[in-house]
Amino acid sequence: MNRSLPLVILAMAILAFATVMLVVAPKVQIGREPAAAGLKPYTPEQLRGRALYSSLGCVYCHSQQPRAPDQAPDAERGWGRASIAADYAYDSPHLMGTMRTGPDLLNVGARLPSASWQLTHLYQPRAVSAWSIMPAYPFLFEVKDRPSPGDRVVWLPKNRRIPGKVVVAKPEARNLVAYLLSLDRTYPVPRSAIRDDGYSRGGATQ
Amino acid sequence: MLTIGLFLAISFLVSLAGLAALIWAVSTDQFSFGQKQARVIFHEGEEGCLDDPTAGSAPTDTERAAIDASTAWPVSLFLGVAVLWLVLGSLFGLVASLKLHLPDWLDGSAVLTFGRIRTLHLTLVIYGWLSLAGIGTATWIIPRIFHTPLRSPRFATWGAIIWNAGLTAGCIAIASGWTDGEEWLEIPWQIDTLLAIGGGLAVVPLLRTAFARSVEHIYVSGWYFLAALCWFPALFIVANVPGIFVGAEQATVNWWFAHNVLGLWLTPLGLGAAYYFIPKIIGKPVYSYSLSLIGFWALALFYSQVGIHHLIGGPVPTWVVTLSIVQSVMMFVPVLAVAINQHVVVARNLWAFKASLPLRFISLGAIMYTLASFEGSLEALRSINTVTHFTQFTIGHAHLGAYGFASFIMFGSIYYMLPRITGRLWPWPGLITAHFWCVVVGFVIYFIALSVGGWLQGVAMLDAGRPFADSVILLKPYLEARSVGGTVMTIGHVLLAINVFGIFVLTRPASRNGAIA
Repeated sequence: MNRSLPLVILAMAILAFATVMLVVAPKVQIGREPAAAGLKPYTPEQLRGRALYSSLGCVYCHSQQPRAPDQAPDAERGWGRASIAADYAYDSPHLMGTMRTGPDLLNVGARLPSASWQLTHLYQPRAVSAWSIMPAYPFLFEVKDRPSPGDRVVWLPKNRRIPGKVVVAKPEARNLVAYLLSLDRTYPVPRSAIRDDGYSRGGATQ
Repeated sequence: MLTIGLFLAISFLVSLAGLAALIWAVSTDQFSFGQKQARVIFHEGEEGCLDDPTAGSAPTDTERAAIDASTAWPVSLFLGVAVLWLVLGSLFGLVASLKLHLPDWLDGSAVLTFGRIRTLHLTLVIYGWLSLAGIGTATWIIPRIFHTPLRSPRFATWGAIIWNAGLTAGCIAIASGWTDGEEWLEIPWQIDTLLAIGGGLAVVPLLRTAFARSVEHIYVSGWYFLAALCWFPALFIVANVPGIFVGAEQATVNWWFAHNVLGLWLTPLGLGAAYYFIPKIIGKPVYSYSLSLIGFWALALFYSQVGIHHLIGGPVPTWVVTLSIVQSVMMFVPVLAVAINQHVVVARNLWAFKASLPLRFISLGAIMYTLASFEGSLEALRSINTVTHFTQFTIGHAHLGAYGFASFIMFGSIYYMLPRITGRLWPWPGLITAHFWCVVVGFVIYFIALSVGGWLQGVAMLDAGRPFADSVILLKPYLEARSVGGTVMTIGHVLLAINVFGIFVLTRPASRNGAIA
């Protein structure tokens, strides 16, 4: 090869072709599907929590894309049915993740619906699961002498309590819990919905 | 179902047509080149001589000296800053690694939480260390293979300054919680414009030099560098334009981009450097120069479409996942072509592998490219991916590519280039050997720990009879071993930084001219 211009043009053409295949065509196909019928848009409070989830990097340990029963026991673990493209219609940035250092969270609102449990777990994960390696987020909470009116006091087991003090959730923590509890894609979806069915012939529903 | 068949068929046909055209072109001598063109990297009298600046053999050619002088400033800037980011990025990596098994350590502030430290590690080593070291190396090699001084070197210097300003701002943004939130694309898009401008400025001198070259032939390193430097800005800009994609669409853009950063940016930068330095140091051309053509175009065709293997089993169309799996397996073609070319010439000259530390880094990096690519092709298969996806195995694999391959080649390249750029010897040659053994031993520990631990983690998660907690508990000792490996690797990087600082600051001229050659 002895000419720079043809080299650069051909190289860019190959990238353009790849972009059509991996970006444009999937966008056209996914974009044609409306949001899932049971899916609700996020409330402003949930969106603030979602932004915090994203900025604290929760996505690096928690996926949000349960697998089909033919591939993995995600449903048996309570993580929900296999997700479809239309489950994410309101998600930007997408938070599907690539890692399960912790469990999948796409349906954590259905699996662990207690706000109180979520707050305790965020304040100190090892207060509820001794084996957990999740970071604690004490900076989303305040330690006070006594709660003010409207404060949400965090329940802690005896060995985690601070004598004479209470732990209350800052607004950030409450937003984050609101987002976590909104994660509930347990509504039924059509069999033909878009997802990778490469592990089964059965489609997205069970 | 029509779309699946249609797109797969189109993709297959275009790929096969491209490959057929290549084979035809090579077999009918359309490109008319062979081993003669492979020798374009040698000046008169260089062939057959070991060329190892760490051993003191110095250049005698005046044309070559003028070329090197034209790139000295910008390349010093690129490489110096890259090493700084490497050390900083390694420290963030180490802290993130420790936090995974010491979760209550440094938990007092959002800045120090695992999710941000890990992101800073990735951002610094990819966009700081590897990208800048790669651009620096390309900027240094391109004028050499084109036998002409670098045109508009100031553009490169300004490019480096603006890129680094953008990267610094991006890291501060991520640390303080301002992020775009997608893996590999966390730097806010507003700040990304600085990186795009900086990268664009750095490309100008290289393209101008290519058009002004004084040799007819473009050496294989030049193909990789020119293509990579045009690919990356396009990728980076398309992936960062806000407001076009949501949800599952965004996920395909995300992984189209992220895997192309490896495949169409770091890989060609690393391979281009290896294609230059391996034969240059040994003093013999690569094994089969025409094979390198297949390696290059097959890489472009196949590697550009592998990204969606990150979403296997996920909420995206089956056909696009399958397409990426097929192209991942097709990667055996370019990888074998590169492997034959680079490994054979080293295997036939093992004396040089023993004699030259830069060569040892670079050819070990080339071997790890082969291994990482083979592993990646296998990992994309559904049966294997179902175990390894979502586990630390993937992190081990990513480091085999970005560290074992790309970083090792950049280490060797820096050890080769800086004595030529500064006209000085490395102040502490012993530290180079120490660096080599630190990163080799550290990385072996790192890679084995995450590969074994990650596999067991994946097997545990697939077993419905075992609680999820099992997969976390069994992983802990492997995460601790990874921290040990990472610490040893980081020590190696500090040794490199000490030597780089020394060669810039201490004035000790290269006196042992031609000691080896």
